[in-house]
Amino acid sequence: MILEVRDIRSFYGETEVLFGVSLEVDAGEVVALLGPNGAGKTSTLRSILNLTEVKRGEIRFDGKNITRAATHTIARAGIAWVPDDRRIFPTLTVERNLSIAKKTTRFRAWSERECFELFSALEYLRQRECEDLSGGEMQMVAISRALVGAPGLVLLDEPSQGLAPKIVHDVLRTIGRLKSEGVAVLLVEQNPLAALSAADRVYVMDKGRIVHHGAARGLLENSAMRTRLLGV
Amino acid sequence: MLATFVLFATLPFWIKGVGLYPYLGVEVMIWIVYALGFNLLLGHAGLPSFGHGAYFGVGAYAFGLTQLHWGLGLGGGLLFAVLAGGIAGALVAAFISHRRGIYYALLTIAFGQIFWFVAVKWHSVTRGEDGLLNIKRGSVLGYPLEALESLYFFCFAVFVVVVLLLWRLVHSPFGRVLSAIRQNETRARFVGYNVWLYKWLAFTLSALIAGAAGGLLALAQQSAYPNVMSLHQSGFVVMMTLVGGGLVSFWGPVLGAVLFFLARDLLGAYTEAWLLWYGLLFMLIVLFKPEGLAGLLTDVRSRPSA
Repeated sequence: MILEVRDIRSFYGETEVLFGVSLEVDAGEVVALLGPNGAGKTSTLRSILNLTEVKRGEIRFDGKNITRAATHTIARAGIAWVPDDRRIFPTLTVERNLSIAKKTTRFRAWSERECFELFSALEYLRQRECEDLSGGEMQMVAISRALVGAPGLVLLDEPSQGLAPKIVHDVLRTIGRLKSEGVAVLLVEQNPLAALSAADRVYVMDKGRIVHHGAARGLLENSAMRTRLLGV
Repeated sequence: MLATFVLFATLPFWIKGVGLYPYLGVEVMIWIVYALGFNLLLGHAGLPSFGHGAYFGVGAYAFGLTQLHWGLGLGGGLLFAVLAGGIAGALVAAFISHRRGIYYALLTIAFGQIFWFVAVKWHSVTRGEDGLLNIKRGSVLGYPLEALESLYFFCFAVFVVVVLLLWRLVHSPFGRVLSAIRQNETRARFVGYNVWLYKWLAFTLSALIAGAAGGLLALAQQSAYPNVMSLHQSGFVVMMTLVGGGLVSFWGPVLGAVLFFLARDLLGAYTEAWLLWYGLLFMLIVLFKPEGLAGLLTDVRSRPSA
């Protein structure tokens, strides 16, 4: 397993938000993390990056214990994050946003050329400051920024949020490409059907706990269980 | 950049013609060096330091003390000024680099006040409020710096070196990371940068340059006083940087320092309360044009002609 999260309990200040969450992601595997708003999906991603305080439990990445390691150390180990609000650097150009994110890990770094092949629109925007981009273009930059940083695991937080269907299609295509290259993806998504169709396995969260895990296809095909767990 | 260098290189030849005096150019260049170094922190990394006069003063005292006690000359004195400013900055930065925003700013004030208090009270070393007097200027390549022209061009040479180094630094990958930190520390962190280390480096480099400027100040005024370390005088470099437009332009501190000294000499010729008027200008700029003079110039240049 490239990522092992074991029984973590995370807190915002004094408030506990994750109550013993455990999950695993294998290399080249796409794992969806689903659930209603406030279930703890984003908090789980933030806990992996040590942006939310983990008081109990253990997180291992690529065989190493990264629980409570400095965020930049975790990033340099090969975990990339694509946050739900993109969080690119607004006054830097597309090119600068990518160049600043380049780093060397034991995994393969994507070149800018490969990113521009994946998202052809970016090539023509490379000198544009990111604050002038549309939401879809910002998402392309955010994903490309993750890829040039040589990730072994990409944490994708609601990548389709607020995007046009064409861009959502591109994002899902990118997930397939990552999988084929052996990069693991932990996908948090508000659109459960899209997530289940892209994922190998699924974890469903509610109120800070994992309430279901299994094959994504199984949940996709079991409409009764899907309705009970996800309401769709 | 070339225009700035040409302007300052030729200043001794025309400044008397406009009713000013060459020593003003020396003062302006020293404060530009100080303000450009300060802007590495404030403008480029977004880290507010309101006690930066401490490192300016440490540089001035290091220059004076190494000359008065160890007999060091110009080069050695300036080297120690740079080192002392850098070491003082490195120590303070180690304590504050995990903070940001208002807490960071308050800590810079607190440490600045400690340095100022030590300079005033440690009479046996700093000679208290009397300061260090009779600092010798020495000579460079056989040119005694007692002559104003030699002093001017020596300061100009240091000014050129600092401007070139800072320009290179700001436009290097290091400078881009500082810019990323200014925009959002958390983003820089999850992209893989050790934000604490970059903040520490930015503060240390900035203090090191302030130390160099302080050494030049002691050289020029042949004395070192604690007043440059006060909170009041630390505010000057903040005002220069913001009024000039350091938040949006590398050259902002240059414009700000020039305006500050022109205000001091021109407004000061009419009223002792020139700082009141300068302070009002500062408030107006913060309220209506936070991008400062550099932002104003950019607006004028980008306005379509009728």
